[in-house]
Amino acid sequence: MSTTTLDTAASPAASATAAGAPRRRVRRRGEGGPLARTVTHGLLVLASLIAAAPVAWLIYLSLGPDKTDYLHPGAIAEKMTFSNYTFVLQHTNFFKWLQSTMIVALGTALVGVAFAATTGYAVSRMRFPGYRSLMWMLLLTQAFPIAVLVVPMYEIFSELGLIDTYGALILVNCSTAVPYCAWLMKGYFDTIPVEIDEAGRVDGLSPFGTFLRLILPLARPGLAVAGFYSFITAFGEVAFASVFMLDDEKYTFAVGLQSFVSEHDAQWNYMAATAVLIAVPVAAFFYLVQKNLVTGLTAGGTKG
Amino acid sequence: MTVALESATAKPGGGRGRGPGPLQRLKHGYQKYWYAYAMIIPVVVVLGVLVGYPLVRGFYLTLTDADSLNSARTIGVNHIDATYKFIGLDNYKDILFGPTAYDRFWSHFLWTVVWTALCVFLHYTIGLGLALLLNRKVRGRTFYRLMLILPWAVPTFVTVFSWRIMLADSGVLNQVLGALHLPQPHWLEDVFWQRFAAVMVNTWCGVPFMMVSLLGGLQSIDASLYEAAEMDGANAWQRFQHVTLPGLRSVSSTVVLLGVIWTFNQFAIIFLLFGKTSAPDAQILVTWAYYLGFGQQPRDYAQSAAYGVLLLSILTVFTSFYFRWLKRNDQLAI
Repeated sequence: MSTTTLDTAASPAASATAAGAPRRRVRRRGEGGPLARTVTHGLLVLASLIAAAPVAWLIYLSLGPDKTDYLHPGAIAEKMTFSNYTFVLQHTNFFKWLQSTMIVALGTALVGVAFAATTGYAVSRMRFPGYRSLMWMLLLTQAFPIAVLVVPMYEIFSELGLIDTYGALILVNCSTAVPYCAWLMKGYFDTIPVEIDEAGRVDGLSPFGTFLRLILPLARPGLAVAGFYSFITAFGEVAFASVFMLDDEKYTFAVGLQSFVSEHDAQWNYMAATAVLIAVPVAAFFYLVQKNLVTGLTAGGTKG
Repeated sequence: MTVALESATAKPGGGRGRGPGPLQRLKHGYQKYWYAYAMIIPVVVVLGVLVGYPLVRGFYLTLTDADSLNSARTIGVNHIDATYKFIGLDNYKDILFGPTAYDRFWSHFLWTVVWTALCVFLHYTIGLGLALLLNRKVRGRTFYRLMLILPWAVPTFVTVFSWRIMLADSGVLNQVLGALHLPQPHWLEDVFWQRFAAVMVNTWCGVPFMMVSLLGGLQSIDASLYEAAEMDGANAWQRFQHVTLPGLRSVSSTVVLLGVIWTFNQFAIIFLLFGKTSAPDAQILVTWAYYLGFGQQPRDYAQSAAYGVLLLSILTVFTSFYFRWLKRNDQLAI
């Protein structure tokens, strides 16, 4: 929106240095002097390097064929090979883990969105007794430490014989995904004009009809963001997956990756290759949708 | 988000209608609101079954001496019934005041507080600094932005392993430090450096979210405010202090709360950075509770659940004080 105009007035340190530099020409608002520009670029380059270094290092190490190569990184340059990747793809459970992860993450996303959509709409449009307590509950579940649920969940699912099943992990993930999706979708429904609902009601649609036929199609981007967020959360969930999944063919990536590094043997090279194989598609997907995700997450806060 | 927070906190206990008798009110309410209730039923059921029931069950467990030896379990075809018994509040007494209370609970509690405060402070200040830089008119802004959110784009469980390789005893970080003739700490072995490494990795992971949220906040500040301030002769620092910071208030109060909750509950980073069993002193309460419940033999379910309940109480108390403080300072977005 107004990025171009205010841009930089807000940077105290850099503007302060700019004030010290001689002014040769009239600068437009938000443009710094040469010194300020250099400092800005310097800091941003430094920060970008720090942000990218661990990922870049992982990619580099994944090309070294031996598990101790991380101790002699210089030697990798001469013997670069994709052998780790072929090994991981052919001789480990990589595709089984991929399957498990997709089942769990997609399951969580679907259930999360399906269950939360109507609630998001209801709390966006209607006021009813119990509204505040519901909003409180939705918020509070976000603050639940995993420690408070993991033990009883484990007990309950062992009694039901559901330990080591995908369903259990999906249900566990839904305990946070469903309320969070409701939050996100409320934010999105809030941006859809109420006049549309009113028009629907005047034309004789019930509230459900309005929701299904008018609002839901309009809210597709919001649903996508909520689904994507649930997907990512379930994808990266470590604590529950580590105790619920026992069979190493049913591991999700978050558990499977740990299995390369035990106390007795650390296969860093295979770990690095697997990590890269996991990270690249996820990061690519993240970049595709990040704009929506960011606005979705901060909508309420910035709108004020 | 804050919008709803506001309404959620404004009048506790409000919303309960007054008037005619309860039965009539119920009937009237049903006719008036049944659409809304039908729509929220899925989430209410999910919350009840997946959160409410385990919560009650977990609380009951904390009043027993359950562990993996006396809980119900199935070995082969034999089903063994649970034999744990009710012991009242002994678990809490033991955790908070028992002979090992300091070593087991209070030391981790203090470290958790330090960890949370330090991490959120670093997230916020670095995030704000980078957001201010990105908000300037610099060439390649989009590129920088994409680079800087990389730690957020790559799953945490992947990047933590990358840090673990880099921080290993003869890992690249120590090689670089050695080449510069600087001391090479045992990142993953000495308690101080373990904690240092944990804060560092968590900061690295958490800054992008803060940066992006605050950048959104900066961009929604009306440019004319800056012009007006400049006309009045405010220098850069004064503009920052009196225009930028107040303009960021509503975003800040939200992201700081989220940051505190997320950092306090941060599990993956510490769990994966140090492995399952090592670094007992660098564990925060969440990972410590998890260790008690699942990382040792026999698994101490009752104490682990009791830690969980204590953690939830701490967070609830913190959140309510935070809201009260925000309300007093009128910092909630309306």
